[in-house]
Amino acid sequence: MPNLKDLKIRIDSVKSTQKITSAMKMVAAAKLRKAQMSAESARPYAERMEAMVGALAKSFDGVDGAPELLAGNGKDDNHLIVLVASDRGLCGGFNANIGRFARNKIAELQNAGKSVKVLCIGRKGRDQVRRQFGDTILDTMENLTKNGAIYSDADDIALRIRTMFEEGEIDVCTVIYNKFVSAIAQEVTPLQVIPFAVDQVETAEEETQDGDLKALYEYEPSEEDILEELLPRNLSVQIFRAMLESFASEQGARMAAMDNATRNAGEMIDGLTLTYNRARQAAITSELIEIISGAEAL
Amino acid sequence: MTDKVQFELVSPAKLLLSEEVEMVVVPGGEGDFGVLPGHTPMLTTVRPGVIDIYENDKVVKSIFVVGGFAEVSEERCAVLAEEAIAVEDLNRDDAESRLQKANDALTAADNDIAKQVAERELLAAEAMVAACGA
Repeated sequence: MPNLKDLKIRIDSVKSTQKITSAMKMVAAAKLRKAQMSAESARPYAERMEAMVGALAKSFDGVDGAPELLAGNGKDDNHLIVLVASDRGLCGGFNANIGRFARNKIAELQNAGKSVKVLCIGRKGRDQVRRQFGDTILDTMENLTKNGAIYSDADDIALRIRTMFEEGEIDVCTVIYNKFVSAIAQEVTPLQVIPFAVDQVETAEEETQDGDLKALYEYEPSEEDILEELLPRNLSVQIFRAMLESFASEQGARMAAMDNATRNAGEMIDGLTLTYNRARQAAITSELIEIISGAEAL
Repeated sequence: MTDKVQFELVSPAKLLLSEEVEMVVVPGGEGDFGVLPGHTPMLTTVRPGVIDIYENDKVVKSIFVVGGFAEVSEERCAVLAEEAIAVEDLNRDDAESRLQKANDALTAADNDIAKQVAERELLAAEAMVAACGA
């Protein structure tokens, strides 16, 4: 028979765990709301930027001399993967999913004979890749998304990527992040940022504008010059957006995970309490039997 | 045709300003330009400087912006800026320390891109100091 005291201790311990998980859930919910808001308020900039790049990219369609950030440098031997994950765990499958996706992608590229480098944003992303592909990791940036993403951080990362691109260390750059679908759903999404995949944005453009965009705008200075300014900035914006989405997803995932944990703890407490009460009753019964049989013996 | 322009100022983090204005003067990459209703559609770069919003032929709001783009259409003017600070919130000391830092960064720059970035930062800081003095 289980010891009454041991049961009591277990119940107390599960209860305190439940308190922690439910507090974490509350915190995640509050942060989620904030993250969602900042992701939403970042949208106008990104959308307009996309519209501009889309409009300009059209005029370079199939033309030689398009900037390399847009058209690529003609090679795809050296890949850079920017892995956006979280710094902290306890958020369900959030990091495991993105880690699995990244590992598959790395393996696939390596099998195709490409060289792969990984830049990790968030400690947990590094942990996911390190064991199998530790030698591919260039660097890990931590604490960037602690209180939501900051644009200047995204800008620094973009600058670093651009430097590597211009020095010919990388040919293709892909950002892998958790896209925020809803508070309980995230989707691992690869986004190719170098060369910038224009067809991702063109559809949105066509809905809002019906005429030929090239004829619609005057460019000052020339289209080439604007595009040259626009593309690096677009890279920063894309990375910033990935960070924002990832942060919101992380909070959503953590909220769901902690909700589950709290519920599981509740079930466990119920089960343990039942066992505890049974054990208590059995103890009382056996004590009574002892007293009665003692009295009868007299 | 309305007699107002829908002016929007957007930073990467959020939509900062969206209002109907009579005229807005934007520091374009190739010189300042004013936007009145019915302006030719245009895409241009924005250099670091001050955006002036006019109401009744008077400047009612001045905003210092760093780097970005302006998209102008007949009834709309959208400015995408990396940074935007109201001129009255600018601080001369901050601007000067930024200028100092930008100068240091330029001397320390050891490759083309770092140099480019430092030069841009220097221009931004210079414009910021100038905006303070104005």
